[in-house]
Amino acid sequence: MNREDFPLLAEGVYLDSGATTQKPYQVIERIDRFYRNENANVHRGVYELSAKATAAYEDARETVARFINGNSDEVIFTRGTTESINLAAFSFAEPLMKEGDEILITHMEHHANIVPWQLLCERTGARLKVIPVDREGNLDRKALRGMMTEKTKLLSLTHISNVLGTVNPVKEIIAEAHDRGIPVLIDGAQAVGRTPVDVKDLDADFYAFSGHKMYGPTGIGVLYGKKKRLERMRPYQSGGDMILRVTFEKTTWNEIPHRFEAGTPNIAGTIGLAEAVRYLEGTGMKKVEAYEEELMDYALARLEKIDGLEIIGSPAKRSGALTFTLGDAHPHDIAHELAMKNIAVRAGHHCAQPLMNYYNVPAATRLSLGLYNNKQDIDFLAEALPEIREKFKL
Amino acid sequence: MKDQELYQEMILDHYRNPRNCCSMENPTHCAEGDNPLCGDHLEVFLKVDGKIIQEINFQGSGCAVSQASASMMTENLKGRTVEEALEVFDKVHVMLTGYHPDEEEGDKSLGKLEALSGVAQFPMRIKCASLAWHTLKSALKEEAEPATTE
Repeated sequence: MNREDFPLLAEGVYLDSGATTQKPYQVIERIDRFYRNENANVHRGVYELSAKATAAYEDARETVARFINGNSDEVIFTRGTTESINLAAFSFAEPLMKEGDEILITHMEHHANIVPWQLLCERTGARLKVIPVDREGNLDRKALRGMMTEKTKLLSLTHISNVLGTVNPVKEIIAEAHDRGIPVLIDGAQAVGRTPVDVKDLDADFYAFSGHKMYGPTGIGVLYGKKKRLERMRPYQSGGDMILRVTFEKTTWNEIPHRFEAGTPNIAGTIGLAEAVRYLEGTGMKKVEAYEEELMDYALARLEKIDGLEIIGSPAKRSGALTFTLGDAHPHDIAHELAMKNIAVRAGHHCAQPLMNYYNVPAATRLSLGLYNNKQDIDFLAEALPEIREKFKL
Repeated sequence: MKDQELYQEMILDHYRNPRNCCSMENPTHCAEGDNPLCGDHLEVFLKVDGKIIQEINFQGSGCAVSQASASMMTENLKGRTVEEALEVFDKVHVMLTGYHPDEEEGDKSLGKLEALSGVAQFPMRIKCASLAWHTLKSALKEEAEPATTE
């Protein structure tokens, strides 16, 4: 749907939206307009241009907050999901941890939701525990229940797996964790822009996501945090804009969410992100979700018929990503041959090496959908694969 | 969109029938190499007698380009001196990164290895082709750390 809104799609078949989505005219032009007509620093100047830029920046916060049903003072702008998780690790989790405490993650996490916790454990003596995933790619809920103990200080898991496409039942999981008093962070990088996200309904303590995976610009992301959590958190980076008063003896921190946004923010990126939100609201997230679901069913049906093609995992609910192996052909060779036909897919370990090790594949090929893909894109891919399999047969 | 076929017949042949592709008992030099971007992993083993590379084997997993490059490397270097091997490394590096110094500057020919020259126009694949060579260099220098293409 809306294919004509995306100028770069004229270049070929783009099936790598899990890495980053293409951008619609509306977002591109909004950023252009900001730099042409509205550029000034925020929260500083008294002249009209700065006042307008500040209003646009804070309006973007309200737009994003509305989109995920949070309050605007619960929306912290970051560089992306990775920084959002690092912020939560440093400002929220680290001061809570003492030796022997535990952090739970799952076996299907992206490196961005593994490494910050490993480093945190190194600094604090806490332990990282990994919730297993079954062969189909579903989270082992029973194991999870057993692993939540009085030592558990945080559960951090992905909403949608970037490799398996598994949609985790995060609302139920959050409720179970809260029953045991455990706060939960959701990595929503693959979810916002694919499925309606309501942080209040989910009751998530933290929800992290990126602008560039939801038709917005790169370099801008969000950490949503419940107000009662944010208010008690220590600052992340320090400098301008995150302070109320500075003397050489003592500095007083600014209110939330500004306390966590040191320095001049990515103003254009924020305004571009808000435009992406308006774009998605205009199309309707329920419509986007239903459209992608139908397309994913079509992709599964077409690819399953290809000789030698094996799809990794068959989760109860799948969205966005489909990862496969193809006979003897190495994913890099597959992706290269597809690139020669102007079809863009992702090859490699998808920043999820522990998950790939679990399935015993060092690398695999992934197609991932955006709202602009159509059945013809899938057909082009499906028609190209048998020949590639043949070429690289051992 | 590039016109040139990356997978020359020579590359596909070495990919399907890799030469010297096995482990080695008591190597004098060995090293492991990784391409962290794609998860390719390679080991190179050598038996150097005096200055001569008497035996050179590799094993590992990776794409057709990385496997073929490793196989062609072993075929090319067997029987050469360590010094010659390092010269070939330099020439291959020049070829793969697409840097072509003046022809007058000496013999740049690499024989069969020139089948890999197409890699130069695909920046994302240069690391696939160079992994074996970096691993070789690491083995000859006996570096403690595994080689990487980063």
